[in-house]
Amino acid sequence: MTALAPEAPAPAAKSAASRTAANLGLRPGWVTIAGKEFADHVQSVRFYVLLIVVGASALIPLYFAAERIRSLAESVSGAQAAFLALFVLGPEGLNLGPISFTVQAFVAIAAPLLGVAFAFDAVNGERHQGTLPRLLSQPIHRDDVINGKYVAGLAVITLALVATLTVISGFGLLRLGITPALEEVIRLIAWVGVTVLYVSLWLAFGTLLSVVIRRASTSALVGFGIWLFVAIPFIGPLLVGLLGNFLAAGATSAAEYYSTVQWVQRLLPGQVYAEASAALLNPAVTTVSASEIYGDQYAQQMPQTLLSFDQSFLLILPHIVILLALTIGCFALAYARFMRQEVRA
Amino acid sequence: MASRKEGDAPRRVARKGRQRDREVVEESRAPIATRRLSKRYGDLVAVDNLNLEVQAGEIFGLLGQNGAGKTTTILMLLGLTEPSAGAARVLGLDPARNPLGVKRRVGYLPDNVGFYENLTGRENLRYTARLNGLYGREAEATIVEVLVQVGMTERADGRVDTYSRGMLQRLGIADALLKSPSVLILDEPTTAIDPLGVVEILDLLRRLVDERGLAVLLSSHLLAQVQSVCDRIGIFAAGKLIGVGTVAELARQFGGAGAHIEVGFEGLDAAGRTKTAEVLGKVEGIAEVRLPTGERDPFVLVVADEDSGPAREAVLAAAASNGLRLNSIRDVQPSLDDIYRIAVRSSGIAEHGEVAA
Repeated sequence: MTALAPEAPAPAAKSAASRTAANLGLRPGWVTIAGKEFADHVQSVRFYVLLIVVGASALIPLYFAAERIRSLAESVSGAQAAFLALFVLGPEGLNLGPISFTVQAFVAIAAPLLGVAFAFDAVNGERHQGTLPRLLSQPIHRDDVINGKYVAGLAVITLALVATLTVISGFGLLRLGITPALEEVIRLIAWVGVTVLYVSLWLAFGTLLSVVIRRASTSALVGFGIWLFVAIPFIGPLLVGLLGNFLAAGATSAAEYYSTVQWVQRLLPGQVYAEASAALLNPAVTTVSASEIYGDQYAQQMPQTLLSFDQSFLLILPHIVILLALTIGCFALAYARFMRQEVRA
Repeated sequence: MASRKEGDAPRRVARKGRQRDREVVEESRAPIATRRLSKRYGDLVAVDNLNLEVQAGEIFGLLGQNGAGKTTTILMLLGLTEPSAGAARVLGLDPARNPLGVKRRVGYLPDNVGFYENLTGRENLRYTARLNGLYGREAEATIVEVLVQVGMTERADGRVDTYSRGMLQRLGIADALLKSPSVLILDEPTTAIDPLGVVEILDLLRRLVDERGLAVLLSSHLLAQVQSVCDRIGIFAAGKLIGVGTVAELARQFGGAGAHIEVGFEGLDAAGRTKTAEVLGKVEGIAEVRLPTGERDPFVLVVADEDSGPAREAVLAAAASNGLRLNSIRDVQPSLDDIYRIAVRSSGIAEHGEVAA
């Protein structure tokens, strides 16, 4: 049987081919594909529906919280991060259990939806339309297809997120009369960056589904099902919390208990993102460790300190690395599967 | 580990064999040449030691049932799937090692071709043009040119989801022609098209080959169409090429040595047909009697000899002496249909081929 194994493609062939492409002044295949996919996305009904969903989910809590933010801004004029309160404060007295009514929380829920929605039919949609063999018979590398589509998805999502958040910032500037300090602008940009990273994880996951699952409708169902389970702070975190409680049952101290529970919680990428997001948007968050927050009695009695941006950033650097690693892993899996798949359905 | 060691020796042999195969195909001047090209999926042999040559300026028809390995062969020629053994050259390039070079110069119409339904025909072609490095005015001019060639100028700006299957097929040919290919590979180009559309498409192919000197490889399971347009035909069954040549050559090879006669009788019921077959079978010089399929269809007699004259006279005499009311008798060419059936049967893989279909 070993004699029948196909030979590995010669690495030299590929580089030689791309060299000739460069000599001919051709655009690389993935650029053309990304361009076409981006145009398709922006003109699609899907894009506008999602833009409205994300926009509404960000603006509604903001509308309700406006009064509270304004009074806060007046009472602590000159305080750090009053502008960022736009994103982290919810309306007073409104408590929906696990869901907090803030822009930050709503973006955390809606962002993964964007990732799945723009990727779940990336490859199986081409298969279904019968365009994949035709596309692959053009002078492009096979990975140009998946790379181009990923880049296009990422560009569209970034566009949607930046547009929404710009509207929120504009709302803050005009309606509430809060102007951001430079530090706040930097924090905001960093937060958008981490959010895009979090979404790109879901985009990679959606791409993986579109490669592995042959029917677009099935992969959409699986994708949204997992989104419901993981991203909405309800079932997934509940189960994870139970598991954490179970594992932490033998804890001898409060600190040990909380650190075990948090370790389990961090299995969900949503938790990793939530911690990073909190630290970036709120300089008062001085630690992401649950055992320090809840377990250490002395820590609670310490006077509130505010972190500068670089300190906050260092705090969540591991979170960024985790999200990046997950994204790369997910995409690499999709990539490897796609490269080995037969062209025919 | 032991199994690995065992596997090493055959692999070395296979590699040596492949090297030889490469040298042989290198020598071929034909735009498409394969040497012992094989593809296996686990235990299933999709393509088995295929030796094939398609010359410039000819239409070569790959004839076979669904699952005979036609599409797999085509995918290997395009570098879209790797051969398990053997070698292929397309325009002097190895598709497994330089797929981009091959795909730059080979137009391909896939089986059941599809287009982006939210775009118009022209927009779809524009995308293909870009992927082939054609932009701007140059691309638009080429698009118009290929649209004229396939007769799709009027509907080019309609959305693809309003197209009929035949229009998609034509747009597919336009798409394949965009890159001004030297080789055209068409997988089932006439499936699901109305008969008039088929004639148009086959005419178009003929014209392209005559005007541009393209080499065309087309696969089909529709015998009549292959017969009408192809210069040479390869009969493909269960991954093997069991016969290659023009229709006449294949007829000589598989049609049996003898000529075919068609004999019609008046007013035969089922019993009469059986009796008539019996009578005809006893006639001297008749090798085989094929029963008519329908009520009014004629019998087909395979003559043992190349010359059908004596056999015809003998049939007439037998009919007269047995009181059979004969109303027609004539010589017929064995159809590709017959040739195909005989070829598949004689190769001893008919059972498998039919199962795969």
